[in-house]
Parts: sequence; C-alpha cells; structure tokens
Amino acid sequence: MAYLEDTRRGSTKEPLHTDLKERLLLGWWLPTMTVVVILIVWEWLVRSGELSALFFPAPSMIVQAFVRLLTSGKLITEVRITLMRALLGLVLGGISGMVLGLLMGWSQKLRILVDPFIAAAHPIPKIAILPLILIIFGIGETSKVIVIAVAAFFPMLINTMAGVRNIHPIHFDVAKNYGASLRKTFSRVIVPGSLPLVLTGLRLAFNAVLLLTIAVELVVAQKGLGRMIWFAWETMRTEELYVGLIVTAALGIGFNFVLHSIAKRLIPWRRTQIE
Amino acid sequence: MLLMCRSLGKIYRTRNGVTTALKDVSLSVGEQEFVCIVGPSGCGKTTLLKLIAGLLEPTSGRIIFGAGEKNGRLRSAMVFQEHGLFPWMTVLGNVAFGLEMQGISQHECRDRAHDFIEKVGLGFFTHSYPHELSVGMCQRVGIARAFVADSQILLMDEPVGSLDTQTRLVLQEELLRIWVEHRKSIIYVTHDIEEAIWLGDQVLVMTGRPGQIREEIQIPLRRPRNPLNSNRQEISEIKWHIWKILEEEVRKSLCIPT
Ligand SMILES: Nc1ncnc2c1ncn2[C@@H]1O[C@H](COP(=O)(O)OP(=O)(O)OP(=O)(O)O)[C@@H](O)[C@H]1O
Ligand SMILES: [Mg+2]
Repeated sequence: MAYLEDTRRGSTKEPLHTDLKERLLLGWWLPTMTVVVILIVWEWLVRSGELSALFFPAPSMIVQAFVRLLTSGKLITEVRITLMRALLGLVLGGISGMVLGLLMGWSQKLRILVDPFIAAAHPIPKIAILPLILIIFGIGETSKVIVIAVAAFFPMLINTMAGVRNIHPIHFDVAKNYGASLRKTFSRVIVPGSLPLVLTGLRLAFNAVLLLTIAVELVVAQKGLGRMIWFAWETMRTEELYVGLIVTAALGIGFNFVLHSIAKRLIPWRRTQIE
Repeated sequence: MLLMCRSLGKIYRTRNGVTTALKDVSLSVGEQEFVCIVGPSGCGKTTLLKLIAGLLEPTSGRIIFGAGEKNGRLRSAMVFQEHGLFPWMTVLGNVAFGLEMQGISQHECRDRAHDFIEKVGLGFFTHSYPHELSVGMCQRVGIARAFVADSQILLMDEPVGSLDTQTRLVLQEELLRIWVEHRKSIIYVTHDIEEAIWLGDQVLVMTGRPGQIREEIQIPLRRPRNPLNSNRQEISEIKWHIWKILEEEVRKSLCIPT
C-alpha cells in the first residue's frame, strides 16, 4: 500500500498500464479476496459446529454484537473515553519529548547531562510504573494520563534527538555561512531536517500510547475499550471481546493512515517517509 | 586588497591523533580577482575555504580583511563540494536562502532568486526538490545561491567537479559571464588544471598534506578569454609547469617514489 501511494511531486509519468494492473491486483484485490474467503470459511466452520462459538464466534455474531453496541451508544462512549486518554497522553508526552529531543539533539552538553537518565528509564516497561503513579496521584484520570504520557515521551524524545543529530553538518555550515541567526537556524534547518524522524517518533509514540491506554484500562479503569474487553471476558461474551479488539486495531490503523497522509504533505522531499 | 591570509595553520584533533591539514599558508586576494587553487586530494583546500568563510577557526596565523568587512568578517558565500543544498527546500527556497537570512523581504528574495535560477538554466525546475535534480543541476543551484547572496567573496569548492566535460565547459563560460557582470572576488578550488588556467587571474598550487602554497602563478591571458584566439603556446607551457609540480606532490602524498 505504502508504495502504491508513493507519487512524488514532479514525478514524470503515470505508471505503465500493466504495472498499474499488477499493483491493483497485489495491493487491493488479492488481500480483499483472501480476507473474504477466510471469513466465509470461518462462518461455515462455526455453523457446522467444527469450531467452538465460545472461542471463535462466527463473523456474523461479531457483526451483530458490533451493531448492538453501536446502536446502544455504549461503543461510542467507550471509544471516546479511550481516545481522549490516548490523545491527551500523546499530546502531553509527545510535545515534551519532542521539545527535549530537539534541545538534546542540538546541545551536546545537555545530551551528556540527561542521557544517563533516559538510558536508565527507557527500558522500564511503562505499565510497571503505574502502581507508583497510583500511590502518588491516586486512582484517577491524572494517573492514567501520566502513565500514557510517559509511554509517548520516550519514542518521541529518542527519535527527535536522532533526527536532529542526523542532519548533515554541512547544513549547519551553510546556515552559518549565510549568516543565519539562532532562530532561523532552528526554524529553517533543525525543524525541517529532523521532521522525518519526528514523524516516525510520533507513529511509534501512538502505538505505545494505544498499548498503554488499553493496558491501564484493563487494570484500573471503570470505562474505556480496555475495560470493555475485560468485562466481555468476565461475562464470557466473546463476541464483544472481539469487537473490542477489532475497534482497537482500527484505531491504530486509522491513526497510522492519518499520519501517513500528513507525512506525505509535510515532507514532500522524502520518497519514503514512514514505512 | 580584499583579504589576506598570513601563515594560516589548521590542525584537526581527532580520536586517532592530530592531522595537520594546513601549514603556513599565506595568500592574498584582490578586489574582483579570480583566484584558483589546485592541489592534491586531501591537501586542505576545503579546510582553507572554510577558514576564510569563518566556519573554522585557524590554529595559527590570521586572516586580515580589507574594505567591506563587518565585525572582523567578510560576507562570503560558499559553494560546497557536496551535500550543500537543503533537501527540504525547493530550488527557489535554496537559492533565496542567503537573501532571506539577510532579512530581505520575501517578495524581493523571490524576484532576485528567480533571476539567477534562470541564469543557471533551471527555470523549469524552480519548484523541484534537490532529490529530483541531477548532481550537476544541484551544483548549478549551489552556484546560483552563492551569487544571489551578493556577498563580497565567493568561495567555490569544485562547483562543477562532478559534471561531464561539455556541461562543464558551458558552465565555466556561464560562470565567467556572471562573474564579469557582477564582478565579485572568487576563490575557486578545482582539481582540473586547464579549468584553473582558463578561469583564474592567479593559480595557487598547493603541496600535499600538510597543505602549503607551493607556487603562485599569474595567468597572463587577457579577458574576455576565448579558447580559439588565446596564445596556445603560453598556455601549454603553464599547464605543463603546473602539471609537473602537481605530479610530484601527488606522488609524495601517495608515498610513491618518483
Ligand atoms: N572535520 C575534520 N576532522 C578531522 N580531520 C579533518 C576534518 N576535515 C578534514 N580533515 C583532514 O584534513 C585534511 C584536509 O582535508 P580537506 O577536506 O581540506 O582536503 P581537500 O583538499 O578539500 O581534499 P579533496 O580535494 O579531496 O576535497 C585531510 O587529511 C582530512 O583528513
Ligand atoms: Mg575538499
């Protein structure tokens, strides 16, 4: 898919006819057909009793559950709550990670000073600090958002820093040679130069955030997609469990898709920005 | 006199010890003078340009500027050997960069940049990104950026180095035309002896590392120069002379006995 969307500005011509056909076949028809076949076989296996509906409810049952949850408004509420937490954490953690990453990429002194702490804190699975945060902030929305923000912070920081450090030293020479001020160097060299990796950081941060949001909700929340999945397990409503999983996956895919289109607009000078 | 280097030295300190890139380099460049520098690879030509541009500090010696300096610096525009263009800016953005940094209004930046983009024959590619251009086109963008910035001295580091002979000849002529029109001082690094003689008022031949100026050769050809009516005999003598020196220096720097 990614390489199908790769139409650079000023690229010479439409792909050749046969090429286009082949791409459509590989990028669209083949995967769709595969999925459809699998779904039909699955449905058939459940109906004929070969597959236990308790573990693998038939696609039609999952769809029914989905429609039920959707029309009752429950699903939308849960998704909204989960998304709010995730995005709040992403914004807080992402922005602070990006700012610190830009500064650390720029200043060697700061990097030397802060790096040991980052190196020590980064490998800790973020869900493991939840109890500590709960002790400090209590069981509330704040604790949840903090843990989620921490998860977003590290990928953003590390990628932004790498992005700044990856800028070719000659670009700084050019800026200096033409008398660029500190501010101009920042806005015309450092920010655009690190942008590709910043966006990679954002993508990784979102994936981490989604994981952490669901994890936190499984553990402590009263509402949200994670909670819904957990509740479905407790009440043995497997089809609702599947709905929760599918919606979570859709959120992840949706965000990555949005980010991909943003990246294409923001960094037209790169052929492949993300993936 | 626009600028004078007095026994410049540059020592790089790296993990593997120290490299003396330049040693005791003295030279001077007059107003509107075209100075070419030739020398073996790794002899410190790029280093010398960076010192003059103020991108590096000399380890010893000084650079003295004549008229037109601003807080001890001359406004210079460097054409880098490679990777000089910002990949995130279009041709227009790159060419206008120097002007933009001087705080000139966007509108004027654009107009003046457009002018030079036309002059280097890239009008059709004004809004292309560097990755959509060939290496030679990128070098032309670099040249346009340097000229448009209207600085007192242009420092060119093999600006047509990776071009084929024909394009190179045409661009050299183009470069001379722009130079005549705008009359800047230029320090021009090249590894091509003929190019140096064809372009320069003065050719400096450098020794291998540590780089020193081995000889200063005045080129007595009158301008406008024309490959057809110039004194062939004289040119080939100069060429032969430089060639002998360079060959010796290259052998020395590669540790091949003569
Ligand atoms: N940033 C640096 N750190 C350490 N050593 C350097 C650095 N830049 C250059 N040198 C060394 O200084 C010497 C001169 O390098 P320089 O790039 O000035 O050569 P040059 O004459 O431009 O070569 P070329 O013709 O191949 O471009 C080389 O031996 C190189 O190893
Ligand atoms: Mg060089």
